[in-house]
Amino acid sequence: MNEGRKEIFQLVFVLVGLTFIVKLFFIQVVDNHYAELANSNSILRQVEYPFRGLIYDRNRKLIVYNTPEFDLQIIVNDVKKFDSAKFCEVFNLTREELRLKFKELKSRKKEYSPVKPLRFIERLSNEDMARIEDRLDEFPGFYIQARTTRAYTSPALANALGYVSEISKTELKKDTTGIYRQGDYIGQSGIEAFYEEQLRGKRGVRFKLRNVKGIEKGSFNNGEYDTLSVPGQDLVSSIDLELQQYGEKLMKGKAGSIVAIEPSSGEVLALVSGPSYDPNLLTGKKYSSNFKTISSDTLKPLFNRPLMAQYRPGSIFKIVQALTALQEKVIIPETRIPCDRTIINCHGDHSFEDLQGAIANSCNPYFHNVLRRMLNQNKSTDTYEDTRLGLTEWDKHIKSFGFGTQLGIDLPNEKSGLVPTPELYDRAYHNKPWKFSNIYSIAIGEGENLVVPLQMANFAATVANRGFYYTPHLVKAIGKEGRPLHQYTLRHYTTVDSTYFKVAVSAMQQVVESGTGQWYAKLPDVIVCGKTGTVQNEPFPDHSVFIAFAPRDNPKIAISVYVENAGQGARAGASIASLMIERYLFKQTRRQYMEDYVLAGKFLD
Amino acid sequence: MRRDDDLSGTIDWTTVFMYGALVLFGWLNIYAAVYDETHQSVFDLSLNSGRQLLFIVAAFLVAFVITIIDMRFYETFAYFFYGLILFLLLLTPVIGKEVGGNKAWIGIGSFGIQPSEFAKFITALAVGKFIGSVGFRMENLRSQFLLFVLIGLPMGLTFLQKDTGTALVFASFILVFFREGMSPFLLIVGICAAVIFILTLLVPDPTYLYVAIGAILVLLIVFDRRKKIKRIVTLTLAALMISGVIASVDYIVKDVLKPHQQNRVKALINPDADPLGFGWNVTQSKIAIGSGGFFGKGFLKGTQTKFDFVPAQSTDFIFCTIGEEHGWIGSTIVIGLFVAFLLRILFLAERQKNRFTRAYGYSVASIFFFHFVVNIGMTIGLVPVIGIPLPFFSYGGSSLWSFTILLFILLKLDAQRGHVLQRI
Repeated sequence: MNEGRKEIFQLVFVLVGLTFIVKLFFIQVVDNHYAELANSNSILRQVEYPFRGLIYDRNRKLIVYNTPEFDLQIIVNDVKKFDSAKFCEVFNLTREELRLKFKELKSRKKEYSPVKPLRFIERLSNEDMARIEDRLDEFPGFYIQARTTRAYTSPALANALGYVSEISKTELKKDTTGIYRQGDYIGQSGIEAFYEEQLRGKRGVRFKLRNVKGIEKGSFNNGEYDTLSVPGQDLVSSIDLELQQYGEKLMKGKAGSIVAIEPSSGEVLALVSGPSYDPNLLTGKKYSSNFKTISSDTLKPLFNRPLMAQYRPGSIFKIVQALTALQEKVIIPETRIPCDRTIINCHGDHSFEDLQGAIANSCNPYFHNVLRRMLNQNKSTDTYEDTRLGLTEWDKHIKSFGFGTQLGIDLPNEKSGLVPTPELYDRAYHNKPWKFSNIYSIAIGEGENLVVPLQMANFAATVANRGFYYTPHLVKAIGKEGRPLHQYTLRHYTTVDSTYFKVAVSAMQQVVESGTGQWYAKLPDVIVCGKTGTVQNEPFPDHSVFIAFAPRDNPKIAISVYVENAGQGARAGASIASLMIERYLFKQTRRQYMEDYVLAGKFLD
Repeated sequence: MRRDDDLSGTIDWTTVFMYGALVLFGWLNIYAAVYDETHQSVFDLSLNSGRQLLFIVAAFLVAFVITIIDMRFYETFAYFFYGLILFLLLLTPVIGKEVGGNKAWIGIGSFGIQPSEFAKFITALAVGKFIGSVGFRMENLRSQFLLFVLIGLPMGLTFLQKDTGTALVFASFILVFFREGMSPFLLIVGICAAVIFILTLLVPDPTYLYVAIGAILVLLIVFDRRKKIKRIVTLTLAALMISGVIASVDYIVKDVLKPHQQNRVKALINPDADPLGFGWNVTQSKIAIGSGGFFGKGFLKGTQTKFDFVPAQSTDFIFCTIGEEHGWIGSTIVIGLFVAFLLRILFLAERQKNRFTRAYGYSVASIFFFHFVVNIGMTIGLVPVIGIPLPFFSYGGSSLWSFTILLFILLKLDAQRGHVLQRI
């Protein structure tokens, strides 16, 4: 009766074996899905963040460096019962905050995993770490992850340096290079943003094997697929940190800017924006709260005035007028024009000056007349058409000085200023005809003209160079022994011949020696050339402007100073400019009374 | 007449070689499962692989001792051992130490032994002796009842130790009973019950099953050409019975099984429902095996098993290491070796001239088969997770020794098969 049962056994044994083999074939050979799962299980793709490049000043003093910061991570499964009161004490949290942290952790649905390290507290500082380090072992399941953030050796230069922050979601979406990942740092403004490509370096990737607890167990395939992180390139800035700090000290409590340029290279020596902020406030844990405070400040400390504030240039523009008029041959240096104050008001004691004297005394009627000669050269019998032709010609010259366009400094958000064109007036007058008498205020740098302080300093440098300029830039070398970007090594010539510049130079020398600038801008042992400007700002006090360069021959520094609501250019502007020049050329302040005067800031008295 | 001490000529060396191959390959896999670059010594007793080596040496000694003892010893003392092991099993919950939630171990020094492991071969001997006894007739209901008592006692005691896996192994004796003449009815009912059980779990609401059974019943009656009343009644009764089974399974699953046991069964059906929760074992095990591919990652190159993704990877889930490191090829070879080994035991059992030895041989085959099916089946998600070892592969002294004893008693009996009077 038991016939065939033996065969049933054999059959069942073989069938089961075959079933297993077939099932295994499907799992192991047909379905690749499991191999992928195994990799995501056990191969940890660990990003190695590169060190961001350091930034030095022109004397190789360190300005920006990296400092470690720490994130507290949690692996939920490893957490044992701990004393929450102690935890709060160590990590400086209230009980409520701790509760929220845990709640928030659970709400990260996609990211959440009980076996992977998750960020729990971000950006602990060095000081926090000192307190935490010894006591961390009281809280199993919590780990420290180090990375670096920016730090600054001095509170100066905030606006030019810019700041670094975690890349935002919108930036990440816009990024087409595919370089950035969530959590990466990116330069947000200033040099940090402009030289992002050079500074950021290259991320490294390490593939590590890990066990079920997420604990690393050595490298994958002996590191065959790993790449090392490449640190970003260091930058040598053209900034003289000492001069910059001095400038910021002088600008304390004032709104405005100082721009100092080395004329022979276009290197920016100082770029002061007042008011400013301490760049250290925008790093580390306090970034978001400080950013809110700083960005909502009514004095706009984040507004980089040297590049972004567009002002009317005022009387300094008379130099530009003089140069164009000479080039157009509508005047010669000896041309005398009566100071007819019935046409336009003037100041000081003078009546019939030549060009140099008109500049030294900043004679308004003289330049009113000069511009009329410029714009109405009788190329057309129609006055309106003639003015249009003259203005077009005038534009060409003005723009060759870098006015009305972005100069192209190595900082973002540069404004272009404004040089009025015929089209602009057509729009302003709704296509009704206009002529010289409608637009004459541009003769003395008022009216529609708009320039930014950087353009003023660049103009001073152009005069210092007798007719050309290098685009101003803040980075003189990429890499410690490197060169600046190519565009900063090119000379830009103006449309005015250098012989005419010599006239402008001696006129500016006279401004300081015996003209409007003599009291505040004159320095012993060096010939300073300058020009004052007082920009009307009804109903508020005038803006005070001064441009200068020194020494007259072989100039080392060209400067523009713009102080808002500080009255005459001869006072605030000239005094600050002369102190800066003195500090740069002689490395000291020889006129303490002048510094005290500036620091007191009572320019209107 | 053969001489008693002529062992080498009569012992079945084919089986011994298979045994050796399985043990060797098994040890290599334990070595790989616990391999760590900082612990490379083969004899490091702090590692499972080092200890297993010790167990293997001991197992060889045990095997040798078994083969020099006369075969009559096993048959004679079968009931005595049976009584002794029942006593030990009773004692275990009292003096035993708890390992992994089960109180199934008796500690001897730093090692522990698991009486339930040894209960397997002792029960096999007792079952063999009972079946082989004079006047035993399988058709006799009383004999059948006694057989079930014989396997039911150690099974129940092992259940009491919460060692469900080992307890279920005793169910494999039903295969022996089948071979020795028990009606296949019980086997078929058992298989049907299992199918219904799985179906009940697969279908979220038992109402669907009742409807389906009703529909099948109606169809059978409608298309039955003879339409005899008796047949219709039988079919209806069968349908009602099946419905009863479904109702009880539903009740058992939802109200009797502990949550972790429910989850194991649920994980079998849908391991992806909660891959980090109750499906973890099965999911990770399948990932490990699946990632092996065709040729495997190579010896000691497995990432899933080495880094503890697979739980109990040197014991119950040792097959993951084989699947991951040796791929489909390696798995097929191991499975092939096992099937060949099982067939060889069947062959040995069938060539016996006495019922005791044949029943014992079938017990050996059935126990190995049960372990083989359940263990490998669970690692690839065909069988619910039941914690029983893969013979000769899983780490552990007790299981290796008990499997060795189980096998070598058969080899000894086989070697001396010429000595017995034909009783069949």
